[in-house]
Amino acid sequence: MDRCLFDFALRMGDTTLILSQQLSAWCGHGPILEEDLALANTALDLLGQARLWLTLAAEAEGAGRDEDQLAYLRDAHEFRNALLVERPNGSYADTMTRQFFFDAWHYFLLERLAASSEPRVAAIAEKAVKEAAYHARRSADIVVRLGDGTAESHARMQAAVDDLWPYTGELFADDANDIQAAQRGIACPLAELRGPWIAQVGAVLDEATLACPAEDLARHAAYRGGRQGRHTEALGPLLAEMQFLQRAYPGAIW
Amino acid sequence: MVETVETVAPAAPGHAQPVHAAPERIARWLDVVRDPEMPALSVMDLGIVRDIAWEGSVCVVTITPTYSGCPAMREIAQDIEYALRGHGIAAVSVRTRLAPAWTTDWLTERGRQALLREGIAPPVERAIDVSGIARRAAPVVPCPQCGSSDTRMLSGFGATSCRALYRCNACREPFDYFKSH
Repeated sequence: MDRCLFDFALRMGDTTLILSQQLSAWCGHGPILEEDLALANTALDLLGQARLWLTLAAEAEGAGRDEDQLAYLRDAHEFRNALLVERPNGSYADTMTRQFFFDAWHYFLLERLAASSEPRVAAIAEKAVKEAAYHARRSADIVVRLGDGTAESHARMQAAVDDLWPYTGELFADDANDIQAAQRGIACPLAELRGPWIAQVGAVLDEATLACPAEDLARHAAYRGGRQGRHTEALGPLLAEMQFLQRAYPGAIW
Repeated sequence: MVETVETVAPAAPGHAQPVHAAPERIARWLDVVRDPEMPALSVMDLGIVRDIAWEGSVCVVTITPTYSGCPAMREIAQDIEYALRGHGIAAVSVRTRLAPAWTTDWLTERGRQALLREGIAPPVERAIDVSGIARRAAPVVPCPQCGSSDTRMLSGFGATSCRALYRCNACREPFDYFKSH
């Protein structure tokens, strides 16, 4: 078993899987048809990526599990997604702000992973970064439109930015596994993504007439832990719905 | 990462002996295998068939997915297998290869014309033009109905991941745009 690669791929897979599941919940509930379609398509891209990452994780683990077993038969404490993506969908402002923070991070990370020393990681990243770029441009457009919109949309966007900001710190916090993955050339240190991320997010928030919170607000340790298996109260109910079928009817196929 | 759909079956009726055709000939057979979500395009026009080769008596077709989550890939793999078996190839293996990543730059000119005839505007930009994170204006896409460039993007996503929704301000018709990717 390649523990380092397993953990790395699992974190990528879980983060994309959970966000995909969250966005899927908007299907049929979007504010307008076009947004409904956009979120469903974004969810589909992320789900496809999650399948690739979880398949890689299963290969690295070498214990006979596959993508489905990893997705459907683990409990909350075994999930390794960043806390940001499990935060509730809330209003459309909350969902799009979460997406905007995630997309920018995802894009800069995948850009680096495309040069990974592990060819399977590089192949997934080279493919996914094209999708992430489109997502990132779209979510930034929406942030500008809603932030620099009506008084109501502006207020909701600012509240969402302030609410979700503390969870962004985790995206750049390297633990022992991240450091090892970087040393092996599998990934880059997450801390190196903070500069380009802040530059991109700051510029878009500025154009959106939204205030960018102080950076140190995202450094509080209380808003971290998802990538090590310590989650917020939001993940359990999400998994209960996502995993229901396999839990109720183990091994069900069609 | 390799996903393989592999079958070994008797040759199709009418073929006494298993067929062992040249890859160029097999490519022409694949010209009739359509993208189920975009029937105007064959898998060859779409540029997803990356390799056709024989490994012993097994015909190996290597395809690359369009978008990571494209739900049509499995069906396409099966359609390729059926088509080749219909031509008498006994053993077909369809493999998936991720890298290099698929791009709309690989669409053939014939494929672009086929899209136009279906009322779908083909990509107007190169993949490299749409690779960055910086916000950018939606591209100017000529209307496939009337040819006017006075069009407007209504939605970044259409009926499938690979399409955006536009409307022509001249003839007022909505149309799908096959996004550069």
